[in-house]
Amino acid sequence: MQMTGAKILMECLVEQGVDTIFGYPGGTILNVYDELYAYDGKIKHILTSHEQGAAHAADGYARSTGKVGVCFATSGPGATNLVTGIATANMDSAPVVFISCNVSENLMGKDSFQEVDITGITMPITKCNYLVRDVGQLADIVREAFAIARSGRPGPVFIDILKNVTAEKADFEPLPRSEHSANGRLGALMQRSSQNFQPPKPDEKDIDTLVEMIREAKKPLLICGGGVVRGRAQEEFTEFAEKLDAPVAITLMGAGGFKGRNPLTAGMVGMHGSQAANRACAACDLLIAVGCRFSDRVATDPKSFAKQAKIVQIDIDRAEINKNVKTDHHIVGDAKRVLAMLNRRITQQSHEEWKENVFSYPTETEYDMGDSALTPKQILSAIAELMPQDTIVSTDVGQHQMWAIQHFHFDYPGQLLTSGGFGTMGFGLGAAIGAKVGNPEKTVIHITGDGSFRMNCNELATEQHYDIPVITFIFDNRTLGMVRQWQTLIYNKHYSQTTLGHAPDFVKLAEAYGLRGKRVAHEDELRAAIQEAMEYGHGYVIDCVIDMDEMVRPMVGGGSPITKFIIS
Amino acid sequence: MNEVRRQTLAVLVDNEAGVLSQVSRLFSRKGYNIESLAVGTTTDPAVSRITIEVLGDDDQIKLLSNQLRKLFPVHSVKVLTPERSIRRELVLFKVRAATGEKRNEIIQIANIFRANIIDVAIGSLTLAMIGDESKIEAIQKLLEEFEVLELVRTGVVALERGQETIYDETKEKGEFNYGKNVL
Repeated sequence: MQMTGAKILMECLVEQGVDTIFGYPGGTILNVYDELYAYDGKIKHILTSHEQGAAHAADGYARSTGKVGVCFATSGPGATNLVTGIATANMDSAPVVFISCNVSENLMGKDSFQEVDITGITMPITKCNYLVRDVGQLADIVREAFAIARSGRPGPVFIDILKNVTAEKADFEPLPRSEHSANGRLGALMQRSSQNFQPPKPDEKDIDTLVEMIREAKKPLLICGGGVVRGRAQEEFTEFAEKLDAPVAITLMGAGGFKGRNPLTAGMVGMHGSQAANRACAACDLLIAVGCRFSDRVATDPKSFAKQAKIVQIDIDRAEINKNVKTDHHIVGDAKRVLAMLNRRITQQSHEEWKENVFSYPTETEYDMGDSALTPKQILSAIAELMPQDTIVSTDVGQHQMWAIQHFHFDYPGQLLTSGGFGTMGFGLGAAIGAKVGNPEKTVIHITGDGSFRMNCNELATEQHYDIPVITFIFDNRTLGMVRQWQTLIYNKHYSQTTLGHAPDFVKLAEAYGLRGKRVAHEDELRAAIQEAMEYGHGYVIDCVIDMDEMVRPMVGGGSPITKFIIS
Repeated sequence: MNEVRRQTLAVLVDNEAGVLSQVSRLFSRKGYNIESLAVGTTTDPAVSRITIEVLGDDDQIKLLSNQLRKLFPVHSVKVLTPERSIRRELVLFKVRAATGEKRNEIIQIANIFRANIIDVAIGSLTLAMIGDESKIEAIQKLLEEFEVLELVRTGVVALERGQETIYDETKEKGEFNYGKNVL
């Protein structure tokens, strides 16, 4: 059937089962938005305040639901406003398809109004990107893009479509999703390199080697990385850990891959890792990292990291093997599958003495509960107590992020949405909106700092307009807390450009956006505000006033061995 | 043997716009400087072959190859070791030949190196020579005695010795044998 490019695009999205798009229209993408008009009821579109908010929302939607997120933007500034969001998704392997339109063919390359080479700009921060100049290829490319975004190690894919392509007509044959991999461009790509789509079958001999290593180990330690979360392998991982009877150190991205309340949890590992987890890395004799790339925030000093141990890396992405830390053995494959194979082969072990050793150190930081003034610990304890255990937590970046992750016990993959790899301040609100849209039955909270919140608080308008009830908790310390912490500890208390002052009034800001807000400085006020926010059922901002000099503990300096704590 | 040396990578890619920059940008963003690069089509006009020379140790080259294999337009990657491959480069030299005597001397050198004289003018000669790194260095050193006005090199192209080809090293196979020949 002959259809315009815009209609082909919409039909392809329907084929993929897309029901939600986050985006922002503009001149070049008008044909697509005009077509979207006709899909009202089939596809929901959330208009954000800024394209960056749309990008983070699509990302949060993807991370929390496990589906592919979709984001629309126009050319030029619309497309470049997505860049931070794309890089965020890329660093944390979140499957998102970004679609923008560019100027028409006759204007291309002439520095036309709102023209930018967005495929060039996004090349290093996407799994793959496309510039569509021929309407005949559009359907094939969209199908390929979705397959690439969700398969193997997931990641963002960018499609830039010339405006004339959205108006031109081509023949479109509907094709169910299950048949995409056998047809067209994707079919050819699958034939040539199916391994890019289907993770390699784990090598039996490699599995046997690991089983043997496990048998010999006296002090095994597991690292639960983001791959367990993305691969939704929590059940297999839990079975593996319990059979191995080994302590589990959880990375920031791995939160939710292993229940935070499981007695084998040694806490977070890395720069702000727990004493138990970090010391276990330096004491184990076998370290098995699942879906973890040993980033510099985990292996703060890659040369000395678990040097005494045999290191085994299990990862879906072969290019991650030996990239940051030299390993002794590795298995390339999907975490779920590799762990299932291992679980079939290993017998129940017992490592009482080793566990006793590891758990003689705290798995969580003992923060001061405080008395009269509000402390981070009080805020997080009140949230944990008063809100449902399956609440989705979205964070921004900084001290509040570390406190939240240290304190909450995450139960399932996708419960925590945080920018781990890219460390994007301003990620949280958009991500929370995306998560709430994708999980309307769940409570979604947004934990932020006053610095992070000021970056993208414009999305409160989106919250209000679509009545997306996200509860925002601002850890308001009138400073860029994490940077201040570094300045206190490493830069001789030179508080260079980190003090924020008292503006804006976040309560009035919430009200200006048509939401409610409350400033709290004491625990009882906070508890009352949480109750009110939950009963209110719409967007709500709780401005929690805390001390400027609260610190995240413990802390290992960048580049230092993992047990060299600057503060404990 | 894990020392930094000049390494040659042969990469088969889709012959499409943007692919070359995708491949070359991978090197720069991972912190490598490309020493030499040559591109051309293959027996299949839809497929191009890129030959890249880069400085790195064996571990680094393995990581780079794996990163390259992740790019979707890349069909296959092969590391060509000097021992198991033949490498050639075409170089054109424009040399000052101030007198007839100098011209004769240059022609003699050209003959010894089996270089061709492809342009003669009053005061200069242009030579074309195909060779490997050491041969090019040798003739260049000699020609510099006469003043090299300009030179241009195509970049190294390389093929494996014997019957084996890059097609044996499809991405599929490379990834299947992940634990063995690649890492």
